[in-house]
Amino acid sequence: MPQVSMTVNGKPASGEVEGRTLLVEFLRENLGLTGTHVGCDTSQCGACVVHVDGQDVKACTMFAAEAEGAEVTTIEGLAEADGTLHPLQQAFQDHHGLQCGFCTPGMVMTGVALLDRNPTPSEAEIRDYLEGNICRCTGYHNIVKAIMAASGQDVSKIAAE
Amino acid sequence: MYAFDFERPTTIDAAVKALQSEEAQALGGGQTLIPTLKQRLAMPATLVSLTAIKEMQGICEDDQGRLCIGGATTHAQVAREAAGRYPALADLAANVGDPAVRNRGTIGGSLANNDPSACYPAAALASGATIVTNDREIAADDYFQGMFTTALEEGEIIIEVRFPVPQAAAYAKFEQPASRFALVGAFVARFDDGVRVAITGASEEGVFRWSVAEDALTADFSAGALEGLRLSGEGMISDLHGSGDYRAHLAGVMTRRAAAAGG
Amino acid sequence: MPKDSGIGASSKRREDVRFLTGTGNYTDDINLNGQAYVHFLRSDVAHGRLTSVDTSAAEAMPGVLRVFTGADFAQVGGLPCGWQVTDRHGQPMQEPAHPVLAQDKVRHVGDPIAAVVAETREQARDAAEAIVPEIEDLPAVVDMKAALEEGAPKVHDDLDSNLCYDWGFVEENRDAVAEAIETAAHVTRLELVNNRLVANAMEPRVAVGDYSRATGESTLYTTSQNPHVIRLLMGAFVLGIPEHKLRVVSPDVGGGFGSKIFHYAEEAFCTFAAKALNRPVKWTATRAEAFLSDAQGRDHVTTIELALDADNNFTAIRTETHANMGAYLSTFAPSVPTWLHGTLMAGNYRTPLIYVNVKAVFTNTVPVDAYRGAGRPEATYQLERVIDKAARELGVDPIALRRQNFVTEFPYETPVAVAYDTGDYNATMDKLEEIADFDGFAARRAESEAKGLLRGRGVNCYIEACGIAPSNLVGQLGARAGLYESATVRVNATGGITVMTGSHSHGQGHETSFAQVVADMIGIDADMVEIEHGDTANTPMGMGTYGSRSIAVGGSAMVRAAEKVIAKAKKIAAHLMEASEDDIELKDGQFSVAGTDKSVAWGDVTLAAYVPHNYPLDEIEPGLEETAFYDPANFTYPAGAYACEVEVDPETGKVTIDRFAATDDFGNVINPMIVSGQVHGGLAQGIGQALLENTVYDESGQLLSASYMDYAMPRADDMPFFAVDHSCQTPCTHNPLGVKGCGEAGAIGSPPTVVNAVVDALQRGGHDVTHIDMPLTPARVWQAMQG
Repeated sequence: MPQVSMTVNGKPASGEVEGRTLLVEFLRENLGLTGTHVGCDTSQCGACVVHVDGQDVKACTMFAAEAEGAEVTTIEGLAEADGTLHPLQQAFQDHHGLQCGFCTPGMVMTGVALLDRNPTPSEAEIRDYLEGNICRCTGYHNIVKAIMAASGQDVSKIAAE
Repeated sequence: MYAFDFERPTTIDAAVKALQSEEAQALGGGQTLIPTLKQRLAMPATLVSLTAIKEMQGICEDDQGRLCIGGATTHAQVAREAAGRYPALADLAANVGDPAVRNRGTIGGSLANNDPSACYPAAALASGATIVTNDREIAADDYFQGMFTTALEEGEIIIEVRFPVPQAAAYAKFEQPASRFALVGAFVARFDDGVRVAITGASEEGVFRWSVAEDALTADFSAGALEGLRLSGEGMISDLHGSGDYRAHLAGVMTRRAAAAGG
Repeated sequence: MPKDSGIGASSKRREDVRFLTGTGNYTDDINLNGQAYVHFLRSDVAHGRLTSVDTSAAEAMPGVLRVFTGADFAQVGGLPCGWQVTDRHGQPMQEPAHPVLAQDKVRHVGDPIAAVVAETREQARDAAEAIVPEIEDLPAVVDMKAALEEGAPKVHDDLDSNLCYDWGFVEENRDAVAEAIETAAHVTRLELVNNRLVANAMEPRVAVGDYSRATGESTLYTTSQNPHVIRLLMGAFVLGIPEHKLRVVSPDVGGGFGSKIFHYAEEAFCTFAAKALNRPVKWTATRAEAFLSDAQGRDHVTTIELALDADNNFTAIRTETHANMGAYLSTFAPSVPTWLHGTLMAGNYRTPLIYVNVKAVFTNTVPVDAYRGAGRPEATYQLERVIDKAARELGVDPIALRRQNFVTEFPYETPVAVAYDTGDYNATMDKLEEIADFDGFAARRAESEAKGLLRGRGVNCYIEACGIAPSNLVGQLGARAGLYESATVRVNATGGITVMTGSHSHGQGHETSFAQVVADMIGIDADMVEIEHGDTANTPMGMGTYGSRSIAVGGSAMVRAAEKVIAKAKKIAAHLMEASEDDIELKDGQFSVAGTDKSVAWGDVTLAAYVPHNYPLDEIEPGLEETAFYDPANFTYPAGAYACEVEVDPETGKVTIDRFAATDDFGNVINPMIVSGQVHGGLAQGIGQALLENTVYDESGQLLSASYMDYAMPRADDMPFFAVDHSCQTPCTHNPLGVKGCGEAGAIGSPPTVVNAVVDALQRGGHDVTHIDMPLTPARVWQAMQG
């Protein structure tokens, strides 16, 4: 089987994969990074979103072999080494942006990618950017609010309770 | 997925060579092909990824002023880099799929697949683009040959797509609520010698030019010029998201909106 | 008591850190040593006679350990149904067998025929393709009314027909209701469809079976909302494993919405195969499989009539429903269109006479069972739609018509067998008028018009019966289980507390809110309380989480256990302070003697309990741990009023939700932040039902909406910010917390709100449209506007 090597969350990672091994399978099964989830098979739910060379991509719709030499960041690589949460992770907790937690890794990775490109997105821009991430629990209200809050916008006018 | 060998050539020549092996198939961004493989609806012996071929990526302008987009250029890159020169095309690219899909999916992959609900075929056809393959140049009018059918021969890959840049253009898309593909999309492009209108998502024959609307808009480039023009629901896709009549109606609405936005 | 962590505090969720950092432990994250993988060969036809299954080629494929077919399960029990409905004539429902793997027939697309266990997932799937089932195609029945016609193909050959039951409620009222409708001043009639939905929890189902030859113990890791129920059903009825040899673990579960209540074939298979092969066996559903194997929801076709007198008082309601059961009876399926639906037909209103008729029908489709709200959304939808239609027919204000008929005195005995203990429907409606900014509607409508859009407003009310359920009552109604809940409160020597609850959290935040309750009762910080759930090995027998029951029933069990702990702790404190037990007070984690300055801290007492050196051993046992089982005296009755404003694009038919406001009376609220989140999620699912989601089978029983490409899941850009309020609180009168439950409200109250709003928009726009069936897709709305 072919060998694949990449950098995952700042550390070198390599392993033997089949041609058909998806990046998400490599992360979950070879590396044990089970934070990246699989929620569908048609590339729509976004539970598997990771960053590859700084781009948010769906790890279920990319072969591991295509990430050869790439810098991959997963949800496990977002917080600081001492456990301090990334500001968007913290905002999700502060604003109750998650319930069952299954879509959450993909939501957060997508949200971080949005804020990288657009530091103060409007509500409409956030909703638009989340088109490829499905959440069944939250109705998106608190996810959108958390992303706005993480970008430093005043969310106090958005109904809290 | 069935097992297959995976190759990731770095030059066009190597890719073309790899695709000559039996049951080889090209892989663009994979945003449609990988879900298809997961369903075991395709069974390639070798999958040849085009994502590592630098010479197929990027956007430039040729001496005829055409916007030339490498076949392996992602939607996200088109959205960013075509915005100044061809805003309607950039706008279309910025609304294909979702952000993560746009970071992987490519223009060549979309045009090679020719999904009847894809956006890019409307842009290519309405712009009168030229599809450049490893072998030849194909005019858009000759390229699209029906749902999931194109002029591409086996093993032929899209190297580049050359878009003449219209004086004015716009794309109006009405999304299918589940897939977010176009339930109907209309691309209107006005050139010196006339207006071209391409409709995607609607017809069982795939993307098509709406010549009556083209004539009307060539005479008077305004939404009002389309008043009263109707397509027939016959031959239009009819499914759980809408009847043929509804799609025919939407084609009129979207064309008017595109004409208004481009005017 | 620290204000930031007791009852009423919006404490941040302690669950979140693991979910936000990718360190949750979902079932698919579990991989056991030596694990093999199963792939199910599923029927690709909706109805057929299975004459043979040739597995020889598959058995020879690489990596294959064994291929199982129906024959392997011929001596094994079928999947049991947990509720027996008695029909109008006093006869039990028709109850077909539900084999783990198909025996003689396949009855829906997705029905499992065979299972391959192999070393890898792909090998199992490769081999499954080599199995050759011989299936003699039979005509499928998909439409419920066609299924009941004379001579229709039978889903189950051994049953008399495709009619599961014909239920009448209250049967004695049938004639009186008919007469009231005949003689009424006005009758409004409406035919409608409550569209079939797929729950679509984002985590697909997973099962991992394991077996130890050394102990003879089986373990099942599964994505369940109620691991004890699975242990009981699978152990006692399917595989014949006694509970002490069967452990069921539901770790972090990625949403359920009802679909993970039920006992599924794949759970039994993995447990069975692990023992047969002496290897752990894992199954992870793909989303495509989920569409073909998760129990689906709703799917009612209903005619409702509302009779009114000359003063617009409601006098009678008659409703006739065909309810789709699918091909088999899923665990609680029969109860959904009956006891969870008929008993709610009074809604928030005084209607003296009500008759509900439900025909439950077998079809060649995926089984249907409870989905968020389960029966109550179906009741609310038809009632609130027909009231809205009546208001339009009579030319009266829909809110005024509702207010005129509200129940205002409590307790209120409905004519459909339930007693509302408390409520204030005018208060929630008043609050709604405030937070929904009714005054600004006209201006917003003018703005919409200027953009060429039609704006409408929909309003409605809902009531639900939650806190499921009083065991003796549901036993009379056909439930084959008790519906109590349990908790063990284990106090540790240094004062920290571990609570083991039979409730199960799969997104609801129990680890946070349950801890708030116990901490509040003792007056300690919530961080001193840990909640454990989901493992039958360390939690008392519980019935799990569904029907908005966790805080009302599970929370009450926990309160009872904590009360026992406190009572014992007071005895210990009395001994330590040499005082009378009756004089001991507990406040802010301190025990004191009334009227003195003597006190001991919580930790001193807990330490004494476990280090009983100075301890009245002749009077009190050492240790501080108590268990309670709580069985509610009644259902709880959350109620509320919702309002929605939509914009309709008349050119395309597209509906946009511009504003949505929800006022709910949940009684007392433990964690307002979590409660709001529950409402938000319910609203999105209800709006999804109203505008987007539909499960469509073609005439041959093929599922057309079989992936996210065709089943429209609500996305962020389909939703507005919601205005939600739960400040109107009439505490439940019969549970110790005064709570009612909040999990399903949003999904129950929102669909009619949206449809009422769209009809309003169209009528204001001059279109003579009185009803459109859900989902109100652009195509349907446009079609309706064409007349």
